[in-house]
Amino acid sequence: MLAKRIIPCLDVTGGRVVKGVNFTELRDAGDPVEIARRYNEQGADEITFLDITASSDGRDLILPIIEAVASTVFIPLTVGGGVRKVEDVRRLLNAGADKVSMNTSAVTNPQLVYDASQKHGSQCIVVAIDAKQVAPGKWEVFTHGGRNPTGLDAVEWARKMESLGAGELLLTSMDRDGTKSGFDLGLTRAVSDAVGISVIASGGVGGLKDLADGVLEGHADAVLAASIFHYGQHTVGEAKRFMADRGIPMRLD
Amino acid sequence: MTNKIVVIDGVGNLRSVAQALRAVAPEADVQISNDPAVIDAADRVVLPGQGAMRDCMQSLRESGAQEALLRATRTRPVMGVCVGEQMLFDLSEEGDVPGLGLLPGKVVRFQLDGKLQPDGSRFKVPQMGWNRVHQSRAHPLWNGVADNSYFYFVHSYFAVPENAAHTIGETDYGAPYCCAVAKDNIVATQFHPEKSAAAGLQLYKNFVHWNP
Repeated sequence: MLAKRIIPCLDVTGGRVVKGVNFTELRDAGDPVEIARRYNEQGADEITFLDITASSDGRDLILPIIEAVASTVFIPLTVGGGVRKVEDVRRLLNAGADKVSMNTSAVTNPQLVYDASQKHGSQCIVVAIDAKQVAPGKWEVFTHGGRNPTGLDAVEWARKMESLGAGELLLTSMDRDGTKSGFDLGLTRAVSDAVGISVIASGGVGGLKDLADGVLEGHADAVLAASIFHYGQHTVGEAKRFMADRGIPMRLD
Repeated sequence: MTNKIVVIDGVGNLRSVAQALRAVAPEADVQISNDPAVIDAADRVVLPGQGAMRDCMQSLRESGAQEALLRATRTRPVMGVCVGEQMLFDLSEEGDVPGLGLLPGKVVRFQLDGKLQPDGSRFKVPQMGWNRVHQSRAHPLWNGVADNSYFYFVHSYFAVPENAAHTIGETDYGAPYCCAVAKDNIVATQFHPEKSAAAGLQLYKNFVHWNP
């Protein structure tokens, strides 16, 4: 049986891992290669790097980091942030990424999702969806780190991304991100049940129960978290054992 | 003598495959190449593949590596990975693309529409993540790997060997299916050893030291 995954997320800028609250107030959390190694040793199922560098000048800094991680850490690596062209996807894959995530550019240019999946295969194309609740049972897609509303319904958008060739969705609740109050389980379940591709729940993890709830109630295929791991609150191994104790299939070695 | 290993240049995460091989065999000479002369000179050949079968087959044909690969399959250890496994078979349903015909059988898509997992959630395709591999037949590739270990999978299609004796590993996603095959000096896995942490590295180590 396919195991559910725990994915530590590393926000990277200027060659360092940082963590913000509601996408602002960045705090330094360490060296990306060292942190990736530590999570691999703890049994992380996958690692996601989000390049949150604002300027295109700083963009290429992520490539040597991915190369360095990929030469010592033999688990899947996803990289997102600033991906605008099919060529950007190719460069990240060549550096050692297994999957590339796109967010704002999927909204401004949905054709990119189609072109990139045609060229490199759906298995390596992740679409990140940032959503905010706008009414009971309704969520809207936002871009630019949660600043710009798009008018798009998150569930419909998820279906559209699947039809254009996305192989996986990284779904972040902008209401919950950085709040430690748990995933938006309504959003997670609405999207996960609406699509036939894997959904990663993100945004709001404050403790281990939140991770288990994301799978059991949110129907997420994988759960992503940052601060509970970065600041040593829990190890990935503790999180996996906690989830396995609740009957969730997990890879425990 | 240096163990010369070539990873056939084409479609897929070639770099990760090469780095995993280097990690388990630091003494070996690991190259990524589609040069027939390099493939002919190699002691072992790895055939990765990812994405669409048609693109992978086309890349192999156009680079001129196909004939050298076929020569290698007659005399030296060859390992297929992911679509590189699927390419060893006769035919893929994915666009009705003919494969290399080294193993009888065809490649089919997961048929899981409407089927639910025990927790009530949907089966997602591609299957993406870690799943257990049952070692249905003993093989040197499994040395030091516990039965039912987890390996990393990303795929929508899988091979169905015509000859059940070629199946050495099975996994379960909606139903059991073949995920590892062997015939003479050829082995192949649907999963990605280069992304499967310690178990995957052990598998590559076994391949590097395998003398069929």
